[in-house]
Amino acid sequence: MNAEDPGVTTIGVLALQGDFFAHEACLARHGVATVRIRKPEQLTGIDGIVLPGGESSTMLRLLDYAQLFEPLRDRIASGLPTLGTCAGLILLANEVEDPRQPSLGLLDVTVSRNAYGAQVHSGLFDIQGCDGLPPSRGIFIRAPRITRIGNGVEVLATRDGDAVLVRQDAILGAAFHPELDAAGHITHELFLKAVSRRSALEHST
Amino acid sequence: MTNLPTSAIVPGFTPDEVRTKIGFCEQLKGGVIMDVTNVEQAKIAEEAGACAVMALERIPADIRRDGGVSRMSSPDMILAIKDAVNIPVMAKVRIGHFVEAQILQAIEVDCIDESEVLTPADEEYHVWKRDFRIPFVCGCRDLGEALRRIHEGAAMIRTKGEAGTGNIVEAVRHMRALTSGIGALRKLDKEQLTERAEQYRVPVDLVRWVADNGKLPVPNFSAGGVATPADAALMMQLGAEAVFVGSGIFKSDDPATRAKAVVRAVTNFDDPSILAEVSGQLAAAMPGLDMQSIPEADRLAGRGW
Repeated sequence: MNAEDPGVTTIGVLALQGDFFAHEACLARHGVATVRIRKPEQLTGIDGIVLPGGESSTMLRLLDYAQLFEPLRDRIASGLPTLGTCAGLILLANEVEDPRQPSLGLLDVTVSRNAYGAQVHSGLFDIQGCDGLPPSRGIFIRAPRITRIGNGVEVLATRDGDAVLVRQDAILGAAFHPELDAAGHITHELFLKAVSRRSALEHST
Repeated sequence: MTNLPTSAIVPGFTPDEVRTKIGFCEQLKGGVIMDVTNVEQAKIAEEAGACAVMALERIPADIRRDGGVSRMSSPDMILAIKDAVNIPVMAKVRIGHFVEAQILQAIEVDCIDESEVLTPADEEYHVWKRDFRIPFVCGCRDLGEALRRIHEGAAMIRTKGEAGTGNIVEAVRHMRALTSGIGALRKLDKEQLTERAEQYRVPVDLVRWVADNGKLPVPNFSAGGVATPADAALMMQLGAEAVFVGSGIFKSDDPATRAKAVVRAVTNFDDPSILAEVSGQLAAAMPGLDMQSIPEADRLAGRGW
């Protein structure tokens, strides 16, 4: 929650590397405030967090350099609503392949990096919504592929049968880039709903 | 779709190209793209946190020293680097050499740099980059040059600087020229914007987009002469959104440490205490060249127009 104005929803955006500007612009269109997260002490006073697209190996090094890996993991594990897109999904996953690399281990899926191929294979693809979510298109850029879904993980959308939008409790992971869709995508709405549910819960206790 | 922000519509790009080509370049923001000449260097770069590598046979400092015609690197060498790392791999083509670009697209590099560091193949035309599926980055010295490249289809712009010198002065000059060019547009009325478009030799839509939004419609990175973490942070504070480092890393005495330091400096470009920390533990930087020692004819930035 915003320290100056408790009525304003404030979302932290991990700003080590990647398309965090696009997430900020997207969240601004939804009328919420954002703060950039580069240090452990910045993890307080936020109602949710976004782990953006970019290069997951770069972000891992920078989490390490900033001694941010464990504080971030603990903060999300405490129930902070979280959205990870592309590289952000890779950071959240329990298991990462091609190559194997460390991850926060907060979302019980296995992801394979760049599994859809080099940039020439990037593009917009149709995605099917599950559980009443409408069909839409997703922007896949050197995207990771979700190869295993753990118990307790809901599949919210698929591309050609592959899960591309998943949820476990207050954590949402997308293999595509809803933040690059200027017309808006349901993903950020789902994330912000989780944020307001969590805030309401905290106010009531 | 309703409520599409004007910034989502870029003259000369289809809406899908804005998302996939410019979207790819968005992923590199806040990162460091490092020149590498072999698999070992590519792995050092990835390990240090580079967000992409530029595969080339000779880094600019050696191209400058050796002279001769400098061309696209061997596809085998580029493929070996693609196999060795998981971050995006870019490679350079000569200005106007669209066949080199077709070859690089065929071997699926992630992005093509149409670069003044190589010897130009065409003194009139650059590659018509809209014909390609993969994104291009091009160098510029000022706003007019940046907009001509974007009109041709470049999805990312970098200041040219003067590659292979380890001297940041030209990159600073080009970034300042670009920024002041953008600032100047904002004060112009419709008629003056039309004149400016004619002067820049680009459609007025593109000039108007920049005037309305106060920035380029594609990511704006910096290159050419970055040798230290402080140089990288300087370019970021001057408005670059990511940094290319060519000779600066693998011409120094401590590539792995320096690579890490530059990566941290770009993320924390506005935090002097972190910049001090990462600058403190480094061996000698590349020697560097004073601009006055380089005759006009030997300057790479003058290639391209």
